[in-house]
Amino acid sequence: MSAVLVVIEHDRGHVPESTFEALTSARAIAGGLGVSVHAAVMGDGGDLAAAAVGEYGADVVHHLTSPNLGDYNPEAWGQALAGAVAAESPAVVLASGTDRGNELMAQLAARADLPFVANCVDVAPDVTSMTRSQWGGALLEDATLEADVKLISMAPHTVEASAAPAAGAVSELAVDIDDSLVRSVITDRVVLSEGITLSTAPVVVSGGRAVGSEEAFAPLEELAAELGGKVGCSRAVTNNGWRPHSDQVGQTGTRIAPQIYIATGISGATQHWVGAMGSKNILAINTDPEANMVTKAGWAVIGDLHEVVPAITEEVKKRRA
Amino acid sequence: MRILTLVKRVPAPGARINITEDSQYVDDKNLGHAVSPHEECGVEAAVQLVEQYGGEATVLSMGGPEAEEQLRVAVSVGISKMVLVPTDGAPKDPQQTAATLVTAIEELEAADGPFHLIIFGNESADQGGFQVGIRIANALGRPMVNGIKGLELPEGQDPASGEGHIIARREVDSGFEVYELPLPACVGVKEGINLPRYPTMKGRLASKKAELTSVDASAEPGGQAQVRLKSPPEKVSETVILGNGPDAAPAIVDLLEELGVM
Ligand SMILES: Cc1cc2nc3c(=O)[nH]c(=O)nc-3n(C[C@H](O)[C@H](O)[C@H](O)COP(=O)(O)OP(=O)(O)OC[C@H]3O[C@@H](n4cnc5c(N)ncnc54)[C@H](O)[C@@H]3O)c2cc1C
Ligand SMILES: Nc1ncnc2c1ncn2[C@@H]1O[C@H](COP(=O)(O)O)[C@@H](O)[C@H]1O
Repeated sequence: MSAVLVVIEHDRGHVPESTFEALTSARAIAGGLGVSVHAAVMGDGGDLAAAAVGEYGADVVHHLTSPNLGDYNPEAWGQALAGAVAAESPAVVLASGTDRGNELMAQLAARADLPFVANCVDVAPDVTSMTRSQWGGALLEDATLEADVKLISMAPHTVEASAAPAAGAVSELAVDIDDSLVRSVITDRVVLSEGITLSTAPVVVSGGRAVGSEEAFAPLEELAAELGGKVGCSRAVTNNGWRPHSDQVGQTGTRIAPQIYIATGISGATQHWVGAMGSKNILAINTDPEANMVTKAGWAVIGDLHEVVPAITEEVKKRRA
Repeated sequence: MRILTLVKRVPAPGARINITEDSQYVDDKNLGHAVSPHEECGVEAAVQLVEQYGGEATVLSMGGPEAEEQLRVAVSVGISKMVLVPTDGAPKDPQQTAATLVTAIEELEAADGPFHLIIFGNESADQGGFQVGIRIANALGRPMVNGIKGLELPEGQDPASGEGHIIARREVDSGFEVYELPLPACVGVKEGINLPRYPTMKGRLASKKAELTSVDASAEPGGQAQVRLKSPPEKVSETVILGNGPDAAPAIVDLLEELGVM
């Protein structure tokens, strides 16, 4: 074959935007190599997922089948990909660098004994060198890759997904999966939140160490609610137990991309910044005009967050009245 | 339960990350050092599991001799044994790291019996390869799930036997997926699984006295090689100061209106 094979991530048939980004990146790489784009789907809802990917440029969709493929299972899915690689000998296998995408690529890499370069942001046309993200995106690494089959993932949001309808012909490919691999199986799902999350909120109002306590987040909650947004925080806050870790913005927290990020009492350490830098606009509220968050933000107010935040809420209410 | 937890020493930069002249690593001359917050939580998870179910937890790091500092921190919060796999300290590629660690873990298991659970961080803080744990689990023939934010044994299971399952909760956008992995197993944990404790005075003393075991292991480089590190292009934007203190509220709300978030 010698194609660029794209790993189609999906949750019971639902394909996330990041996978369409991966297909978009794959088209450019396949163009450079003069090969076509193939896709690999599997598991429960795989037929639904298969139907969605032709739109984004997959010429052939390999639907991997085995009695041992059902709900998401990193080991079994990784083994299935290894089977597809053995059967089809692609030049490149590419996924989106999401948690699941990286997990599947690492499973494939381990099973096929191949190197795997995670979170690339730029790839040379022959795929023997690339630039990848380190330190959560705060640094870049130029790397080289020597391998018969080149496994890479693309950092999310490296490109914008664009449609380019292709044949998308679905062909079934039976793969061997050892019964023992059915062990890493999902036995239950707990649904915690419906609706907007920190990563999809249009407005995020965040507080840092300077907020001072769990209770002192109430004014931030009020402002966020007023603007239809969510409350975020820095690691100093989660470390103190003032907010749950699910509210943390940053390298080891959530990457956000709101229309506006209002960061109050946060110094803007690199590990926080990499989670915030995808925001369209940033407003920093800080007593220190030299704070990194202030100098990097598009907008800033110099002042005490405990005074400024309630004043904003009041002004919003006044204008709405 | 016998538990092994793996940590990697990294510099802890603040507002800027400077790179060494040879472009190979972060200039850490004036920096403190830490492990990834995920790994810090991995250490805490190991301590909590031993508190709850009995047994013993070991911490292991591969790196330069300075990594002893991070191992002793782990001991100060309740880990009982520490192991260093010494290297020259230069960054290694993920295949080489994993293969070296596999050799070291096999040596430890040959001496004292299998680890029932091996805990990794979801990803290392510096290189962030998202793979070392998965490669090791695969080489050892054990199940592995990454992104874990909850760990417990099923009720009624005998923890000392090392048999049975571990229940692992994995975070996804909408909530949790629950996995039941047969032991021995491996997991990659994420920050948020717990709130790591601070060392006590007693813990600090214990960590000073604890004995460091050194295990020699090495492996050939893999197919991925680092050429250089560089800083990402920075968007230089002039910050517009909207005002000082609460008097700035009207200007802020003007901005919110302009951006269409009102
Ligand atoms: C490997 C690694 C990963 C990490 N991952 C993350 C991560 O995911 N997310 C994260 O956030 N951090 C992360 N960190 C921690 C990070 O380095 C910083 O320690 C943390 O972000 C600091 O939080 P902060 O800005 O709230 O606190 P500080 O740095 O203490 O800043 C407080 C700020 O509040 C200002 N201030 C004080 N009083 C007031 C007032 N009354 N009104 C307004 N402003 C005021 C101060 O001027 C200062 O700028 C990580 C660290 C490491 C080593
Ligand atoms: N040098 C090392 N020493 C000990 N553990 C490591 C080392 N490198 C990676 N690990 C473990 O593997 C996990 C994943 O690393 P990575 O593949 O680099 O993202 C880390 O969170 C650690 O638990």
